Amino acid sequence: MISSLIFNLFIFVLASFVGVEVISKVPTTLHTPLMSGANAISGITIIGALVVAGHTGSETGQIIGLIAIIFATINVVGGFAVTDRMLEMFKKKEGDNE
Amino acid sequence: MSSFLPPSVQSAIPNIMQLVYLVATALFIYGIKRLSSPDTARSGNQLAALGMLIGILVTLFDREILSFTYIIIGVIVGGLIGLIAAKKVKMTSMPEMVAIFNGFGGGASALVAWGEFVRTAPGALSGQDLITMGLSILIGSVTFTGSFIAFGKLQGFISGNPITFTGQNFINILFIIADAVFIGLFAYDPTNMLAFWMIMGISLLLGILTVIPIGGADMPVVISLLNSYSGLAAAATGFVLNNNLLIVSGALVGAAGLILTNIMCVSMNRSLTNVLFGAFGGETPSGGGPASDTDKTVHETSADDVAIQTAYAQKVVIVPGYGLAVAQAQHVLREVADILQEKGVEVKYGIHPVAGRMPGHMNVLLAEADVPYDQLHDMEDINGEFQSTDVVLIIGANDVVNPAAKNSPGSPIYGMPILNVDEAKHTIFFKRSLSPGFAGIDNELFYSENNQMFFGDAKKSLTALERALKEL
Repeated sequence: MISSLIFNLFIFVLASFVGVEVISKVPTTLHTPLMSGANAISGITIIGALVVAGHTGSETGQIIGLIAIIFATINVVGGFAVTDRMLEMFKKKEGDNE
Repeated sequence: MSSFLPPSVQSAIPNIMQLVYLVATALFIYGIKRLSSPDTARSGNQLAALGMLIGILVTLFDREILSFTYIIIGVIVGGLIGLIAAKKVKMTSMPEMVAIFNGFGGGASALVAWGEFVRTAPGALSGQDLITMGLSILIGSVTFTGSFIAFGKLQGFISGNPITFTGQNFINILFIIADAVFIGLFAYDPTNMLAFWMIMGISLLLGILTVIPIGGADMPVVISLLNSYSGLAAAATGFVLNNNLLIVSGALVGAAGLILTNIMCVSMNRSLTNVLFGAFGGETPSGGGPASDTDKTVHETSADDVAIQTAYAQKVVIVPGYGLAVAQAQHVLREVADILQEKGVEVKYGIHPVAGRMPGHMNVLLAEADVPYDQLHDMEDINGEFQSTDVVLIIGANDVVNPAAKNSPGSPIYGMPILNVDEAKHTIFFKRSLSPGFAGIDNELFYSENNQMFFGDAKKSLTALERALKEL
């Protein structure tokens, strides 16, 4: 069991470094969409919620799972949709180039 | 859902799921990578959404999922709320939206950890599992209540002023220690439900207590930080579930939030500890200009004057502040800029990192008004250009151009990076009055020889300027 925790820590630390590298290249212009997009990604916890809500062992567990799914889906759907709405607005000048 | 499949496929499902999770992970990272340019950003976000979709779809084949009733209800309800919120929200309200979504993300992570605990027999959980569960509930709960307090402050439901009481920091530290103790007790004996409820209760309270002392002006930092927490909450849940997709995604979001938090702190010249514990930056009481303005004179200007100055300039830089958005003047501003460009004037926007109410907020507000993004320049870009700029139009901004940040060591904003508009040939402030900004500091630039004040509501002033330019 110790090994799985350490393995998970490896993944976490390496992913954090990847995250810092990739995200520091995002220009300030796009920081708001970055934040709402990252927000949507943090809704990935929904895949845990699906298993909790779909497991029929305990009624309480299923209700907790249901609330978790609602919360996470708001986060995922709302986050990606509003990010798309924002990014759609970022346009170059039509026609001429500066 | 897996029961519909032939046995040979069923046995391969766990491996297939993990491989699909790997694809989703790659799509998330690649999607964020495409956010490095506005050209590719939209497709990047869509790729990340695709990663999420396939991650969710493949999870439905998990053998432990036996009933789909709650799943279908949850996805429909959550999806509709999310979609409607995303369509309806005004761009000026993005900070509130992100705050509340952070809260839902953190809350969901805490709930998943709780649900895992409920559905697993206590004997089947090792001490480590229980500690990660405790941590996941802790981080998720703090994010949940903290985000809702931040939302309330941004929306005005709760006073934007710091709410403080004596011994506040001491109590917070006490709560953190208590949380750690109860996580220990819970890991030692998972049947100890008191410890479990204490972890959740104290963490929920901690979220409230850590955000209420923070002033309204510091909310951009707090939202960024809570964004980071919501990622860490997802990662902690990944540790509970031994799920790499959650761990990687959580780490990515955690990193994004931390980077943005750092940028906001640097731009406001504050340390994170100062933001969190300093109880600084409430809304200034309105009225009452600086006491010293009686012996100084300002040069007042009119729409016609500004029209002539800008129309015959070679280069004009516009410095927008949040006051522009409050006055809903972005569209008129863009029309003014269009006319100037037709007259051959080079127009650029110089945007301070804290111009809006969250990182990058002003850029979104201008993009919404159809300002092409290649005219939007950040502080580092534009600061080298002021010396060759003829006219700077400062609209609804004040502290971010205040030379006191460079020249007056005694000033509260001393050391804050600013836009060096004082290097330009002329500056014109669009302002209602001489009142100082949120920091309550007088701006010596108002009284400079090269500065003019165009008093009035930003929208009305810009509309007048537009008319004057058309008449030229």
